Amino acid sequence: MDVSQYLEIFIEEAKEHLQNLNEHLLVLEREPENENTINEIFRAAHSLKGMSGTMGYKRMQHLTHDMENVFSEIRNGKMKVSSNLVDVLFKGLDALEAYLTNIQTEANEGEDDNEDIITALNDILNAGLGIVSEQGSGASAAVQAAEIKPVAAEAKSDHGKMKFLDVKIEEHEKKAMVKAGTVGLNVVGLTVYIQEYCVLKGARAFMVNRALEEFGEIIKLNPSAQDLEDEKYDFEYSAFMITKETPDKLAKLAANVSEVKEVVADYYKLSEDDVVAFSKQINQEEVKAVQVQASEAVSLKSGSVAAAAKQPVKPVANRSVRVDIEKLDVLMNLVSELIIAKNGLVSISDSNDTTLDNSFHEQIEYLERVTTNLHESVMKTRMVPIESVVNRFPRMIRDLSKKLDKEMELYMTGEETELDRTVIDEIGDPLMHLLRNAADHGLESNAERAKKGKNPVGSIYLDAYQDGNNVVIEVRDDGAGINTERIKLKAIEKGKISEEQAARMTDKDIIDILFQPSFSTAETVTDVSGRGVGLDVVKTKIEALGGEIEAKTKLDEGSNFIIRLPLTLAIIQALMVIIGDEKYALPLGSIQTVEDILSTEVKDIQGKEVINLRGNVVPIVRLSKILGCKKPEKEPEELLVVIVKKGERLAGMVVDELIGQQEIVIKSIGKYIKNHKIISGATILGNGEVALILDVNSLV
Amino acid sequence: MAALDSKQYIIAYLNNQPFGIDIKYIDNIIVLQSITRVPKAQSYFKGVINLRGEIVPVMSLRNRLELPEVEYTPKARIIIVRPELQSAPVGIIVDEVKEVITLESSAIEKMNYDESDIKGSFSIGVGKYGSELINLLNIPVVIVDKEVVS
Repeated sequence: MDVSQYLEIFIEEAKEHLQNLNEHLLVLEREPENENTINEIFRAAHSLKGMSGTMGYKRMQHLTHDMENVFSEIRNGKMKVSSNLVDVLFKGLDALEAYLTNIQTEANEGEDDNEDIITALNDILNAGLGIVSEQGSGASAAVQAAEIKPVAAEAKSDHGKMKFLDVKIEEHEKKAMVKAGTVGLNVVGLTVYIQEYCVLKGARAFMVNRALEEFGEIIKLNPSAQDLEDEKYDFEYSAFMITKETPDKLAKLAANVSEVKEVVADYYKLSEDDVVAFSKQINQEEVKAVQVQASEAVSLKSGSVAAAAKQPVKPVANRSVRVDIEKLDVLMNLVSELIIAKNGLVSISDSNDTTLDNSFHEQIEYLERVTTNLHESVMKTRMVPIESVVNRFPRMIRDLSKKLDKEMELYMTGEETELDRTVIDEIGDPLMHLLRNAADHGLESNAERAKKGKNPVGSIYLDAYQDGNNVVIEVRDDGAGINTERIKLKAIEKGKISEEQAARMTDKDIIDILFQPSFSTAETVTDVSGRGVGLDVVKTKIEALGGEIEAKTKLDEGSNFIIRLPLTLAIIQALMVIIGDEKYALPLGSIQTVEDILSTEVKDIQGKEVINLRGNVVPIVRLSKILGCKKPEKEPEELLVVIVKKGERLAGMVVDELIGQQEIVIKSIGKYIKNHKIISGATILGNGEVALILDVNSLV
Repeated sequence: MAALDSKQYIIAYLNNQPFGIDIKYIDNIIVLQSITRVPKAQSYFKGVINLRGEIVPVMSLRNRLELPEVEYTPKARIIIVRPELQSAPVGIIVDEVKEVITLESSAIEKMNYDESDIKGSFSIGVGKYGSELINLLNIPVVIVDKEVVS
């Protein structure tokens, strides 16, 4: 079968399942008894196995199969979750991820059999089962031995067809049966025979089960619901139900489904020993806590049959369509064109042409509203929650915690914050760098923390939130903070700054040194970090995305790295200004205020022009000088100063005239033309003219 | 058969001298329009224009070939070229565009030039057309400023 057309879907879905497994394994490690989690894991592993099998990836299938075996034993309560086990399972997930990457790049799964992981899994499996059977050797083994015999004796008359009597009942299922007896419900066993000419056995079984479920709850199927669905059975199967109805009625009901040959049913009775043992257990539990009962019922349900558990837990399916990102780019470009055309109409309507009547202006305003909304909607289609990037971090921190032998917790908020898809694809690595830094350099060892009177377990925070036109991501830790004195010494030692310079530097200036290439303060280079290629790479990457990064730190209280990213890369709100006789656009995001300043208020301090703005000393920048624009005849008495803010710093940009606020489409000016970094692009104005966009941040 | 060993060139004039541009590079020829200056750019780049919603940088061929600059007349044109098939377009301002001619490869004289002389590398040869000698431009070299792109 040619499966290449499904490859993309396979990769996408396999990734989702792997992520799912990663997340739930983390939960399982913390709450080994959480049945929902185990079920979720089992289901994801099972789907993954099926998918990789269908696609012909044998190694992947094999490994998933062995992992699934372990999950299955955990689910049946035969094995306990241990840290060692979780480690091996994580290794297995990593191996699966490696297969997947290989498939993605080379279209085959590679040659690695990962024998060691498979062996480790099987060892655990064997060891785990051995322990459990020893533990249970007392009372329950005897019960198991006597399990079928007494019942079989009772129903000897029709034992030939009553195949359900041969089915082995699990402990928790027995418990459910006993419990049903205590509330006056019957336990009925059925064996359903399907016509041998039936083509869709899976569907038939499903229909029979659905018919039965109207009159009670199916607690066990043999073969399992999944196998029935996959048609992995010969023309008969058995079911056990908890119901108010009589066996005869159920048998008739099931036999009504077409292509069903025969249904035999009878009350199913457990051995006396079982009934006594489990009633006692149930009574004890009831005494313990009343509210536990409710959750117990739920867990009994979910533990009994996969099919029964599937429906309530499965989240409502997302109604979505996968769209190629290139198609969205085209759409975005068209919207940009539309906005340019709209700006053209707006500038005509603004031209005070008396021949234009009011309804024209109304229509223009309407068009303006629609295009703005259209732009927003198209932009939203490109937005992805940062969850897709950050959801792998808890796993990473767990691994780091083991590797570095430090206990730490990662707290994340704002995973739902959305960013442009192109930004999302790029932001993962920088964030990972920062988290590794926090784990390795930021947090002290547990003993050291205890000595300082801090909580021995370190905390790392990853917070994302939207702030105006920016998305802010903070990576924070409550560790030792950055020792600015040490950076100073290191910087002097490396010859980056002179001692005089160091003496004059503010803490902020010193922290900025960290972002310079090849600067690491870590005394030892570890696997995790300390090679000094970290922060400058982070900075370059974030700046390439049009964002910026700053660091705040307090000794012994921790450090905070703050990343600001633009919400969108294509269309922004800008303040249009005139400098000389040219029009320029200043991105509105960084503008604080616009001030009228008397030219006499501009003071010269050591060759730098500054103004005193409500108590703040703000340096001013003569844009016309930097851009080489035409100078006005004489210095005006009043300067128009646009105050911009970058992080904590303010600066005033002197412009000649303000035109107003406008929505602009950012376009590149191409690679042929030498580009000063102050010019971040160009935009097309309503009248078709081109105006350049100034990156005022580069001047602050 | 003629197509195999002949090429078509657009003849543009600068300083009353004819220059030939292989039509395979040419996207479009437009009349002069308002150009937005780009501060700090190379001197031969006059700025950028809006070509149907696309931002296109425009260079003065006179400046690039170190010919004296003059006021452009209404005859001046911007030839939009692409140095490679898929690359972004660039505009070249010329004094005038006259005609399209076909040159047999036998009518093209390769020129030897000094490798170190940038101006020499702007030409791929001289075409003989009637009594006229036409300087055939090497468009990729003219457009791409190696220092900037690398």
